[in-house]
Amino acid sequence: MMSVNANYPNYQGPVRDRVENFHGSQLVYVLWERHLLFCAPLTFLADPEMSFVDFLSEILRPALAPHPESEQLRFDEAKWRLDGEDFQPDLEKSLIDNGIDHKSQLRLITPWLSDLADAAI
Amino acid sequence: MNAKTSKRLNMKDRYRIMTRDLAWEPSYQRHEDIFPQEDFEGIKIVDWSQWEDPFRLTMDNYWKFQAEKERKLYAIFDAVSQNNGQMNVSDPRYLNAVKLFITAVTPLEYNAYKGYARVGRQFGGVGARIACQMQSIDELRHTQTQIHAMSHYNKYFGGMHDFPHMFDRVWYLSVPKSFFEDASTAGPFEFLTAISFSFEYVLTNLLFLPFMSGAAYNGDMNTVTFGFSAQSDEARHMTLGLEIIKFILEQHEDNVPIVQKWLDKWLWRGYRLLSIVGMMMDYMLPNKVMSWAEAWEMYYEEAGGALFKELERYGIRPPKFAEQTVIGKNHVSHQTWFVFYQYGHATAFNTWIPTAKEMDWLSEKYPDTFDRLYRPRFELLAEKAAKGERFYNNTLPQLCQICQIPLAITEPDDDTMISHRDTVHEGERYHFCSDGCRDIFHNEPEKYVQAWLPVHQILQGNCGGADMEKVIGDYYRIEMGEDNLEFEGSPEQRRWKQWKQAV
Ligand SMILES: [Fe+2]
Ligand SMILES: [Fe+2]
Ligand SMILES: [Zn+2]
Repeated sequence: MMSVNANYPNYQGPVRDRVENFHGSQLVYVLWERHLLFCAPLTFLADPEMSFVDFLSEILRPALAPHPESEQLRFDEAKWRLDGEDFQPDLEKSLIDNGIDHKSQLRLITPWLSDLADAAI
Repeated sequence: MNAKTSKRLNMKDRYRIMTRDLAWEPSYQRHEDIFPQEDFEGIKIVDWSQWEDPFRLTMDNYWKFQAEKERKLYAIFDAVSQNNGQMNVSDPRYLNAVKLFITAVTPLEYNAYKGYARVGRQFGGVGARIACQMQSIDELRHTQTQIHAMSHYNKYFGGMHDFPHMFDRVWYLSVPKSFFEDASTAGPFEFLTAISFSFEYVLTNLLFLPFMSGAAYNGDMNTVTFGFSAQSDEARHMTLGLEIIKFILEQHEDNVPIVQKWLDKWLWRGYRLLSIVGMMMDYMLPNKVMSWAEAWEMYYEEAGGALFKELERYGIRPPKFAEQTVIGKNHVSHQTWFVFYQYGHATAFNTWIPTAKEMDWLSEKYPDTFDRLYRPRFELLAEKAAKGERFYNNTLPQLCQICQIPLAITEPDDDTMISHRDTVHEGERYHFCSDGCRDIFHNEPEKYVQAWLPVHQILQGNCGGADMEKVIGDYYRIEMGEDNLEFEGSPEQRRWKQWKQAV
């Protein structure tokens, strides 16, 4: 990594999205891989102490409901990646104890669920 | 006035007296105190007198030419209003391209005016200062004439009423805004490389021609006329852009790697910014001009390719990641329209599914991608809409820290996988849409940590709270049900039909 070349020394912009600015919550991004009906990964505001299972049922499940495959979607058959690594969530543990911290990206990887997969919908 | 001084000067002398001779050598202030931003970027200028002004235009002549152009332009605007010119457009959907232009592009003209006024003050060479001064005034004129051109449509159509306010706040307008603010907060030489060369010289044909030809093909006389009026200014700006880059490169060999890094950055940023033009061409113009892929081939791959050949003798290579843009040209317009369609509740224009005929046109223009990937998505959403379940995405997207575009663009080598990169800087994680955007961050992290990302700002509570209807209505000033949502069944479509029946 290099450093900015400014017209005075030690230039440092404010870090605008530090976790303190989210009033006790943190950001969690979720990408349902190869499911592009939702055009981009989703950004959620979540309590870091929330359990993973609650995150799935209270936040992720309702958010994905408009997807035609959401009824076939079973989280217990899915694979997960967290910030680029394979990830085995502990359902009862909190997000933060699962290593899901501010601005982590979770990826949901599901087996073939329907023909929509042909067009990555 | 005596006979001797009123004798007509030849062009060359006139230019010398009216431009170069306006400067003087300071005697009691140091050069570096007068031009304090000239050195810090590391660009070495050995001899400012080598600056060639390709136009040799003097300020007095400049005023004369511009005044003449204005007279003609406003005569046409008057005629268009008096003859209800808004009724001559091909299809009311066309106006959505105009709304995109006034909210996303016109404010850039204004920022260009400010930017050239600033950097024009910073150069030690008088030729460069005068060129920047003229361009600054041109850009202010473009701002004004665009506002006047579109004010007529503003009387009849939604989405244009609060364009400067929206430019500062609305999520997708943070893409052009942050692009230009990145340039404006750079040093003066980077600003010229970014705006005069990368944008005006290399990419302008991909911004202005699509909008102006789009206007011509769709019966929008005001925009066409504005385009003609700006054309000779733009020709000057383009020539200046090329002159600037050659001048910097010829001044010192140490300038080459610095300029190369800027070209890599600004052509990538420009490419990402032009995604909205691609979508406008392929999806928003009822009468199409050409496809985005064809425009990219003609203006970037061919014209840009020849240009970078020419710059090879200075030690400049084609911009990094250019090959990714060649792959992306078959995807980016579809992916971008798909973003706007599903966030169509938060746009200051209407969105829609392309008609069957339009989809056939897209299949023909994009034989490798449209039928395989994008037609099925639009057909699925058309089915939903027909059942009264028009799809709006009520979640918020993840954005790129640099270009601020939702991460909706796929990997160059895998078009069903979202392209995503990240990095950790001083304990904080940052996300990007591409290698190009991540590189930009890595070069100047202290600058980009402060990006004002609209999604994060909403979630921090800085945009009027957590209620998205309030964010859209009160904070963005997009009038719910008037400016936004689906075109089919919109008030705009309904009014258009009434007006057409009344004629
Ligand atoms: Fe302009
Ligand atoms: Fe310009
Ligand atoms: Zn990006």
